[in-house]
Amino acid sequence: MFTQLSITILLLPLLGFLLLIFFGKRLPRQGDWLASGLILISLLLSLYLLITKVTSHSAEVFTMTFSWAVVGSLNVEFGILIDNLAAVMLVVATLISTLVHFFSIGYMKEDVRYSRYFAYLGFFSFSMLGIVITDNLLLMYVFWELVGLSSYLLIGHWYEKKSASNAANKAFIVNRIGDFGMFIGIMILFATFSTFTFESIFDSIGSGQLPFGSHGWLTAAGILIFCGAVGKSAQFPLHVWLPDAMEGPTPVSALIHAATMVAAGVYMVARVFPMLTADALLVIAYIGAITALIAATIAITQFDIKKVLAYSTISQLGYMIMALGVGAYTAGFMHLVTHAAFKAGLFLGSGSVIYAMHKVLHAQNDHHTDAQDIRNMGGLKSKMPFTYWTFLIFTLAISGIPFTSGFLSKDEILAGSFAFSTLNGHWLLPVIGFAVAGLTAFYMFRLLILTFHGKPSDESRIAGITESPKVMTIPLMILASLSLFFFYSFNPFGAASGWFFGAIERPMSMVPEILQPATAAVFNEALHGIHTTAMILSILIAAGGILLAFAVYQWKKISADKLAEKAGFLYKGAYNKWYFDEMYDKVFVGGLLLLTRIMKWFDENIIDGIVNGSASVMKGISNISGWFDNNVVDGLVNATATSADRAGSMLSKIQTGKIQTYLVYVVFSFLALFVLFM
Amino acid sequence: MELSFFQLLAEPGLIHFLIVGAILFSLGLMAVLSKRNAIMVLMGVELILNSANINFIAFGRFTELSLDGHMIGLFVIIIAAAEAAVALAIVLNIYNRFKSINLDDISLMKG
Amino acid sequence: MELQILGIGILTWLVFLPIVGMLVVLLLPDKNRNAIRWTAAIATGAQVVIAGIIFALFDRTQLGINEAESFQFVEQFSWITVDAVPWVGRIEISYFMGIDGLSILMVILTALIGFIGVISSWNIDKMVKGYFALYLLLVTSMMGVFVSLDFFLFFIFWEAMLLPMYFLIGIWGGPRREYAAIKFFLYTFVGGILMLLTMLALYFSVAYTDPATGQSVHTFNILHMMNPANYIEGSLLAGIDTTWRYVAWMALFINFAIKIPLFPFHTWLPDAHVEAPTPISVILAGVLLKLGAYGILRLNFPIFPDATLYFVYFMAALGMISIIYGALCAMAQDDFKKLIAYSSISHMGIVVIGIAALNTQGMVGGVLQMFNHGIITAVLFLAVGVLYDRTHTRGLYDFGGIANQMPKYTGIAMVGMFAALGLPGLNGFVSELFSFLGAFEAYKWIAIVSVTGIIITAGYILWTIQRIFLGETPEKLHDLKDLTAREIMMFVPLLILIILLGVYPSPAIELMNTSLSHLVEFVTMGGS
Repeated sequence: MFTQLSITILLLPLLGFLLLIFFGKRLPRQGDWLASGLILISLLLSLYLLITKVTSHSAEVFTMTFSWAVVGSLNVEFGILIDNLAAVMLVVATLISTLVHFFSIGYMKEDVRYSRYFAYLGFFSFSMLGIVITDNLLLMYVFWELVGLSSYLLIGHWYEKKSASNAANKAFIVNRIGDFGMFIGIMILFATFSTFTFESIFDSIGSGQLPFGSHGWLTAAGILIFCGAVGKSAQFPLHVWLPDAMEGPTPVSALIHAATMVAAGVYMVARVFPMLTADALLVIAYIGAITALIAATIAITQFDIKKVLAYSTISQLGYMIMALGVGAYTAGFMHLVTHAAFKAGLFLGSGSVIYAMHKVLHAQNDHHTDAQDIRNMGGLKSKMPFTYWTFLIFTLAISGIPFTSGFLSKDEILAGSFAFSTLNGHWLLPVIGFAVAGLTAFYMFRLLILTFHGKPSDESRIAGITESPKVMTIPLMILASLSLFFFYSFNPFGAASGWFFGAIERPMSMVPEILQPATAAVFNEALHGIHTTAMILSILIAAGGILLAFAVYQWKKISADKLAEKAGFLYKGAYNKWYFDEMYDKVFVGGLLLLTRIMKWFDENIIDGIVNGSASVMKGISNISGWFDNNVVDGLVNATATSADRAGSMLSKIQTGKIQTYLVYVVFSFLALFVLFM
Repeated sequence: MELSFFQLLAEPGLIHFLIVGAILFSLGLMAVLSKRNAIMVLMGVELILNSANINFIAFGRFTELSLDGHMIGLFVIIIAAAEAAVALAIVLNIYNRFKSINLDDISLMKG
Repeated sequence: MELQILGIGILTWLVFLPIVGMLVVLLLPDKNRNAIRWTAAIATGAQVVIAGIIFALFDRTQLGINEAESFQFVEQFSWITVDAVPWVGRIEISYFMGIDGLSILMVILTALIGFIGVISSWNIDKMVKGYFALYLLLVTSMMGVFVSLDFFLFFIFWEAMLLPMYFLIGIWGGPRREYAAIKFFLYTFVGGILMLLTMLALYFSVAYTDPATGQSVHTFNILHMMNPANYIEGSLLAGIDTTWRYVAWMALFINFAIKIPLFPFHTWLPDAHVEAPTPISVILAGVLLKLGAYGILRLNFPIFPDATLYFVYFMAALGMISIIYGALCAMAQDDFKKLIAYSSISHMGIVVIGIAALNTQGMVGGVLQMFNHGIITAVLFLAVGVLYDRTHTRGLYDFGGIANQMPKYTGIAMVGMFAALGLPGLNGFVSELFSFLGAFEAYKWIAIVSVTGIIITAGYILWTIQRIFLGETPEKLHDLKDLTAREIMMFVPLLILIILLGVYPSPAIELMNTSLSHLVEFVTMGGS
């Protein structure tokens, strides 16, 4: 029943997409009610599925397969797999999607491609849900690329802007690079196991079969598949696309580039977790940690409200990936869920602000002031109370303050990395983890203070600002309530006792024993020893970050400019996003373009040169033979003709035209013959 | 027994007729080759034809050819008449065109 | 299986219907253009119907490839037979046609593309009569190649293709048409000569014993050439792994590599495409290129399995170079049509590495890629044609923001482009997937390097989309008209196939699965 239900959940948004793309403009209100209604039904069904699944069939896994293609003797099967992981993710995806649909009704009201926008949202939801419920790598790859497509279409929604279409291209291509690795990983697994299904792959590995019979290839396969997540979840070094993706409409940023699609990478790593070796997991953990740190440092220096949030998203995704890498499986996935709620909230909140700013600026005929620059804001607290208070809750949650959902999951991650380091001495991971926690608290409160507190730089500009309509604030309130602790665990200081940790358990590792990471039992024991320390430390660090933010931006005890000056090249580097874009532009894009130009030149001059050259040589030879023909062969022919002509004119002398002369010839010839032969 | 030429002449027979025919043929040929007037040339042709006739009749008389010789003779006379008619018509046409029947003037085919 | 209509075999109908159409076209008065167009449309449309019948009746479980009795819709008559030639014995050239899992997809593709080509030729105004006569001749000869099982017949159809193609490019083409036509002609002609030599060498090496008379008969029958027992002791191509067999394989291969076209034999393609009129580009990319890969599968692989095994790595490497090289060159182009031409080189490279994998996944992927690429490039070239008709330019930098002016066109062209990019859910992905999977099993590193091609492909396709459809619309493009009903009609069947085969490729795969598995087995076992 669960599988059929999940197929219904999957197909409803697709139906919405098809109806809107073909008939969108002819529907009343351009069909926004249709899209939102369908996704709402999906949400209700997923909620029902989650609740029944967790309460009555918790440990069971429901699958369904059907044959997609038979190639040779090989049957490629596609199927559906519903376990607790999928059930939770279904609710996350449909919930955020539904809220974003409703929010968009307000936010996108005057857009020229209103129905197209909702169609694409439906298509995105469809492909995202596909990733969630599939039971095999290939189908996951299929939906993986399809979410990439919908992301591409939505980032480029305002494609008249060059920056938007550039960002869309960048997102797709950078993701393709990650997908390239994932595809090779899939090929490695398929070449050995002749199947794409997770379960069969795990079983084969569990029974001792290895790709090409070597441990190295198994680790490589794991890391390569993780490459897909590096692309999609914007991990270092492929994180560069996500900030640019903010060119898309803000609700899209909330849905795709904060809550769901970018989290798909984390979901995927969780799915393939049993086949990851200790080495692969270590790589994953470090990639996550590096990403978290880099993004957090950049987020401090940015002034575009959406850019700050984008880098904070990258940083939080780094957390999740790190959590999976160190073995804090449930914590990582839980952070995905809690982060989805509060980050979607943050983006929608920023959308609400941008919407209000836009309206005001538009009314004042001001087309120069950037509606997204926090230096142009400030003091919005009283003008937009709903937005402010919800924004505050989200900020507290992301900073990891107790009684929020963010505290629960982040605390578990930090404790997990700590425990990991006590097991095998990778102390850098918890250090980065705690440092980023401080940075997060700092830059989020910097954002909050600059936007809502204090005095605006130009009082007259924001005088006319009003709160956004209900259709936008209600989703914010729903998300704010979801950012509180009791949805996940009734104990505000211990996630482990909540239903979530009960429902989602770290799966058994299937790799050969010598490649396995520390087992869940060993890990939990280590965790137990340091949990309280980690919790206190994390609260202190977060509080420190918040205090510092207030000191700098609210009370102005410390000058931000001086601080930046002191940091010197560090500030400059972070402000310029550590020059990743410039470097990639020069090295990879530039290199590729140069290569294409060389190839073009090679093709046109060398290869075609050889072809045309041989044609010229042939032409030269034919010229020579033509000369020979004209002068020697034809000469002979003409000489024959001339001599025949001469002989003819000589002989024509005897042609007198007088019949009697001829007769004389006849008679004498006859006589001559007569004499000769008789 | 081999007869000498004069012995053959002594006894009138085939050979006399053939000699007459040969003389007549030579005269006709002479006329054809040397006369300038087309009519005279035609008359030469008639002589040649009649020399052939004399031969046919003589062979019919003295050899197994018998009546066939006479038949062919008659045939030749008829053909000669027809030929004369056609030839005269041609000569008339030539005269119309060249205002002359002198064969030396008619040399359009000169190479 | 045999099927006859009016006592004439269905394959003969299939192949020669366009010739009938051509005769009718030639008899029609020059001024009656619509009658000429409709005649061509009816002739090719009937071909589509026949292809549909064949698709429905085709027995998916028959092996084909080297077993004469498992070919379907077979027609075999002796055509030229000379008894008792001194030294040689009996000479036999037969009219031998049949279909197996290898050719059926190509037959369907040819029928379909042929028909759509006629629709897109509707607005050709220059010498309509000559155009359609040549066009129909071209369709007949392409179809003939795909169904011939006699080498001589194969060769005749192969060379017959050259003539109409030469004139279609040379008369109805763009500004540099003579250059392009001559280049095309010379390239393919060189290949043709190599094939002729190989054919003769094979002919003199192969003789089978006629069971009826006990006579030793020299034959052009391709299936007899696949049987090692039929090679005459001591003849040029007898034995296994001899130098001459390698040479013969190479000669055939170069001929087909020119048609595919594989690096470094590809430079005729961009010129031919750029100069050819739209429908001819469609035919060229949609069907003609497939003849090369088809020839390799039909002739090189089963006739010379030993040489195939020897050269297959080399072939895969060439395929890899084509993929990367074609994609890089495509990225550097400013001309829309040239870009697609180079992308064809890249995509046909995928076919080559797929079939060079010599396993079923790769082989199925490769042949499916032939079909899919035919459909996708047809869409792309038609799309270029639509724009060219309206703006008379193909420069990528001359466009921009067309999405606002021509939404329907944009939607259709985007589907085609994303299919070319290998987006899952569209047909290009399925065939690329199986080709790469197969190739990876056979040659790990070649496959891995080849897969980088999908990144470059994404790069140039998205860049093209950006330059043409996105951005601000320049002033001169403000009054562009969206697609007409006729234009939509030519796109729709192709789009349906793109999506259908992308979501559920089984109907296409099961057509060829049996035959291709058998081919793989036959070749890897060394032809026994």
